Amino acid sequence: MTNVKLTTPALRAHNLPQTGSDMGTKAGRAIKMGVTLLGPALLAGCIKLEAPTEPIVIELNINITQEVIYRLAEDAGNTLDENSDIF
Amino acid sequence: MTKSAKNRIWLASGVAALIGLGVVAAPALAQRDPAYAAARAAGQVGEKMDGYLGVVGSGNAQLRAMVDDINIRRRAVYAEQAQAKGATLEEYAFTAGCLAISRTEPGEMYVAYSTGQWTARTASSPDRDPRCP
Repeated sequence: MTNVKLTTPALRAHNLPQTGSDMGTKAGRAIKMGVTLLGPALLAGCIKLEAPTEPIVIELNINITQEVIYRLAEDAGNTLDENSDIF
Repeated sequence: MTKSAKNRIWLASGVAALIGLGVVAAPALAQRDPAYAAARAAGQVGEKMDGYLGVVGSGNAQLRAMVDDINIRRRAVYAEQAQAKGATLEEYAFTAGCLAISRTEPGEMYVAYSTGQWTARTASSPDRDPRCP
Protein backbone atom coordinates (compact mmCIF):
# COMPACT_ATOMS: atom_id res chain seq x y z
CA MET A 1 0.00 0.00 0.00
CA THR A 2 2.88 2.31 0.77
CA ASN A 3 4.20 1.71 -2.71
CA VAL A 4 0.88 2.54 -4.27
CA LYS A 5 0.71 5.70 -2.28
CA LEU A 6 4.23 6.68 -3.31
CA THR A 7 3.80 6.00 -7.00
CA THR A 8 0.19 7.06 -7.46
CA PRO A 9 -0.68 9.42 -4.64
CA ALA A 10 -3.91 10.46 -6.35
CA LEU A 11 -5.47 7.05 -5.89
CA ARG A 12 -6.95 6.25 -2.52
CA ALA A 13 -6.25 2.82 -1.13
CA HIS A 14 -9.87 1.74 -0.88
CA ASN A 15 -10.41 2.22 -4.59
CA LEU A 16 -7.92 -0.53 -5.36
CA PRO A 17 -9.15 -4.12 -5.51
CA GLN A 18 -6.15 -5.43 -3.61
CA THR A 19 -6.92 -3.35 -0.57
CA GLY A 20 -9.48 -5.90 0.51
CA SER A 21 -13.12 -5.51 1.51
CA ASP A 22 -15.41 -3.37 -0.56
CA MET A 23 -18.29 -4.07 1.77
CA GLY A 24 -18.52 -0.40 2.60
CA THR A 25 -19.64 0.44 -0.94
CA LYS A 26 -23.27 0.40 -2.11
CA ALA A 27 -22.77 -2.90 -3.96
CA GLY A 28 -20.98 -4.31 -0.93
CA ARG A 29 -23.92 -3.45 1.30
CA ALA A 30 -26.28 -5.19 -1.09
CA ILE A 31 -24.11 -8.33 -1.04
CA LYS A 32 -23.98 -8.20 2.75
CA MET A 33 -27.75 -8.00 2.95
CA GLY A 34 -28.11 -10.86 0.48
CA VAL A 35 -25.76 -13.06 2.50
CA THR A 36 -27.60 -12.14 5.70
CA LEU A 37 -30.93 -13.14 4.19
CA LEU A 38 -29.55 -16.23 2.45
CA GLY A 39 -27.99 -17.69 5.60
CA PRO A 40 -31.18 -18.65 7.45
CA ALA A 41 -32.86 -19.67 4.18
CA LEU A 42 -30.09 -22.18 3.50
CA LEU A 43 -30.23 -23.51 7.05
CA ALA A 44 -34.00 -23.95 6.84
CA GLY A 45 -33.57 -25.91 3.58
CA CYS A 46 -31.11 -28.36 5.10
CA ILE A 47 -32.10 -32.02 5.21
CA LYS A 48 -30.55 -34.02 7.96
CA LEU A 49 -28.74 -37.06 6.59
CA GLU A 50 -27.59 -39.95 8.68
CA ALA A 51 -25.02 -42.50 7.59
CA PRO A 52 -26.74 -45.81 6.85
CA THR A 53 -25.69 -48.78 8.90
CA GLU A 54 -26.23 -51.19 5.99
CA PRO A 55 -24.23 -50.93 2.76
CA ILE A 56 -26.24 -49.39 -0.03
CA VAL A 57 -26.66 -51.74 -2.97
CA ILE A 58 -27.79 -50.05 -6.13
CA GLU A 59 -29.23 -52.48 -8.63
CA LEU A 60 -28.29 -50.90 -11.94
CA ASN A 61 -29.21 -53.94 -13.97
CA ILE A 62 -32.83 -54.10 -12.86
CA ASN A 63 -34.13 -53.14 -16.30
CA ILE A 64 -32.38 -55.91 -18.16
CA THR A 65 -34.95 -58.51 -19.12
CA GLN A 66 -34.39 -62.24 -19.18
CA GLU A 67 -35.56 -62.25 -22.78
CA VAL A 68 -32.68 -60.00 -23.83
CA ILE A 69 -30.19 -62.04 -21.81
CA TYR A 70 -31.29 -65.25 -23.49
CA ARG A 71 -31.07 -63.63 -26.90
CA LEU A 72 -27.48 -62.52 -26.22
CA ALA A 73 -26.30 -65.63 -24.39
CA GLU A 74 -24.92 -67.56 -27.36
CA ASP A 75 -23.04 -64.58 -28.76
CA ALA A 76 -21.70 -63.68 -25.31
CA GLY A 77 -20.48 -67.25 -24.88
CA ASN A 78 -18.52 -66.98 -28.12
CA THR A 79 -17.14 -63.62 -27.00
CA LEU A 80 -15.81 -65.19 -23.81
CA ASP A 81 -14.20 -68.00 -25.82
CA GLU A 82 -12.63 -65.66 -28.35
CA ASN A 83 -11.25 -63.33 -25.68
CA SER A 84 -10.15 -65.93 -23.19
CA ASP A 85 -7.14 -63.81 -22.21
CA ILE A 86 -9.38 -61.25 -20.48
CA PHE A 87 -12.04 -63.62 -19.10
CA MET B 1 2.24 -62.02 -68.00
CA THR B 2 4.83 -59.33 -67.37
CA LYS B 3 7.55 -59.67 -64.77
CA SER B 4 6.07 -56.95 -62.58
CA ALA B 5 2.65 -58.63 -62.65
CA LYS B 6 4.29 -61.91 -61.53
CA ASN B 7 6.05 -60.05 -58.71
CA ARG B 8 2.79 -58.58 -57.59
CA ILE B 9 1.21 -62.03 -57.42
CA TRP B 10 4.12 -63.37 -55.39
CA LEU B 11 3.89 -60.40 -53.05
CA ALA B 12 0.13 -60.84 -52.64
CA SER B 13 0.45 -64.54 -51.83
CA GLY B 14 3.26 -63.76 -49.39
CA VAL B 15 1.06 -61.24 -47.57
CA ALA B 16 -1.82 -63.73 -47.58
CA ALA B 17 0.47 -66.37 -46.08
CA LEU B 18 1.54 -63.96 -43.33
CA ILE B 19 -2.09 -63.10 -42.53
CA GLY B 20 -2.85 -66.83 -42.47
CA LEU B 21 -0.03 -67.42 -39.97
CA GLY B 22 -1.38 -64.59 -37.82
CA VAL B 23 -4.82 -66.16 -37.69
CA VAL B 24 -3.35 -69.51 -36.72
CA ALA B 25 -1.10 -67.93 -34.08
CA ALA B 26 -3.84 -65.78 -32.49
CA PRO B 27 -5.56 -68.44 -30.35
CA ALA B 28 -2.23 -69.46 -28.85
CA LEU B 29 -1.75 -65.87 -27.59
CA ALA B 30 -5.24 -65.68 -26.14
CA GLN B 31 -4.54 -67.04 -22.71
CA ARG B 32 -4.57 -65.25 -19.40
CA ASP B 33 -1.58 -63.28 -18.34
CA PRO B 34 0.24 -65.27 -15.58
CA ALA B 35 -0.37 -62.48 -13.05
CA TYR B 36 -4.08 -62.51 -13.85
CA ALA B 37 -4.28 -66.31 -13.69
CA ALA B 38 -2.47 -66.29 -10.33
CA ALA B 39 -4.73 -63.55 -8.90
CA ARG B 40 -7.84 -65.48 -9.95
CA ALA B 41 -6.58 -68.73 -8.47
CA ALA B 42 -5.66 -66.95 -5.22
CA GLY B 43 -9.13 -65.39 -4.99
CA GLN B 44 -7.69 -61.86 -5.09
CA VAL B 45 -9.89 -60.97 -8.05
CA GLY B 46 -13.28 -62.28 -9.04
CA GLU B 47 -16.25 -62.03 -11.36
CA LYS B 48 -18.96 -59.46 -10.64
CA MET B 49 -22.56 -59.71 -11.81
CA ASP B 50 -22.16 -56.73 -14.14
CA GLY B 51 -19.70 -58.55 -16.38
CA TYR B 52 -16.56 -56.97 -15.02
CA LEU B 53 -13.71 -58.20 -12.91
CA GLY B 54 -13.44 -56.94 -9.34
CA VAL B 55 -10.71 -56.78 -6.71
CA VAL B 56 -11.67 -58.85 -3.68
CA GLY B 57 -11.14 -56.80 -0.53
CA SER B 58 -8.92 -53.74 -0.57
CA GLY B 59 -6.28 -55.34 -2.79
CA ASN B 60 -3.27 -53.29 -3.79
CA ALA B 61 -2.38 -50.76 -6.48
CA GLN B 62 -0.92 -53.39 -8.78
CA LEU B 63 -4.02 -55.58 -8.60
CA ARG B 64 -6.32 -52.64 -9.14
CA ALA B 65 -4.33 -51.53 -12.18
CA MET B 66 -4.49 -55.02 -13.65
CA VAL B 67 -8.24 -55.27 -13.05
CA ASP B 68 -8.82 -51.82 -14.56
CA ASP B 69 -6.84 -52.78 -17.65
CA ILE B 70 -8.78 -56.01 -18.14
CA ASN B 71 -12.09 -54.24 -17.58
CA ILE B 72 -11.27 -51.56 -20.15
CA ARG B 73 -10.60 -54.32 -22.66
CA ARG B 74 -13.76 -56.18 -21.69
CA ARG B 75 -15.79 -53.01 -22.05
CA ALA B 76 -14.44 -52.46 -25.57
CA VAL B 77 -15.41 -56.02 -26.54
CA TYR B 78 -18.86 -55.66 -24.95
CA ALA B 79 -19.49 -52.34 -26.70
CA GLU B 80 -18.58 -53.77 -30.10
CA GLN B 81 -20.66 -56.93 -29.67
CA ALA B 82 -23.60 -55.12 -28.11
CA GLN B 83 -23.77 -52.83 -31.10
CA ALA B 84 -23.60 -55.80 -33.47
CA LYS B 85 -26.49 -57.47 -31.62
CA GLY B 86 -28.58 -54.32 -31.20
CA ALA B 87 -28.31 -54.46 -27.42
CA THR B 88 -27.07 -52.00 -24.84
CA LEU B 89 -23.59 -52.21 -23.36
CA GLU B 90 -25.10 -53.03 -19.95
CA GLU B 91 -27.28 -55.81 -21.33
CA TYR B 92 -24.39 -57.44 -23.11
CA ALA B 93 -22.03 -57.01 -20.18
CA PHE B 94 -24.58 -58.48 -17.78
CA THR B 95 -25.10 -61.50 -20.02
CA ALA B 96 -21.35 -62.02 -20.25
CA GLY B 97 -21.20 -61.69 -16.45
CA CYS B 98 -23.74 -64.52 -16.07
CA LEU B 99 -21.56 -66.75 -18.21
CA ALA B 100 -18.28 -65.65 -16.66
CA ILE B 101 -19.65 -66.55 -13.22
CA SER B 102 -20.81 -69.94 -14.56
CA ARG B 103 -17.32 -70.58 -15.84
CA THR B 104 -15.52 -69.82 -12.59
CA GLU B 105 -13.68 -72.79 -11.19
CA PRO B 106 -13.95 -74.01 -7.61
CA GLY B 107 -11.97 -71.68 -5.36
CA GLU B 108 -12.33 -68.67 -7.65
CA MET B 109 -14.33 -65.70 -6.37
CA TYR B 110 -17.58 -64.23 -7.66
CA VAL B 111 -20.31 -61.98 -6.33
CA ALA B 112 -23.21 -64.14 -5.17
CA TYR B 113 -26.67 -62.98 -6.23
CA SER B 114 -28.52 -63.56 -2.95
CA THR B 115 -25.94 -61.93 -0.69
CA GLY B 116 -24.18 -59.48 -2.99
CA GLN B 117 -20.95 -60.60 -1.34
CA TRP B 118 -17.73 -62.08 -2.65
CA THR B 119 -18.11 -65.82 -2.49
CA ALA B 120 -15.76 -68.66 -3.35
CA ARG B 121 -17.08 -70.91 -6.08
CA THR B 122 -17.73 -74.41 -4.89
CA ALA B 123 -18.23 -77.59 -6.89
CA SER B 124 -21.98 -76.88 -7.01
CA SER B 125 -23.52 -74.35 -9.39
CA PRO B 126 -22.94 -70.69 -8.51
CA ASP B 127 -25.54 -68.42 -6.88
CA ARG B 128 -26.47 -66.31 -9.91
CA ASP B 129 -29.14 -63.82 -10.86
CA PRO B 130 -32.35 -65.75 -11.70
CA ARG B 131 -32.39 -64.08 -15.12
CA CYS B 132 -29.11 -65.75 -16.08
CA PRO B 133 -29.35 -68.40 -18.79
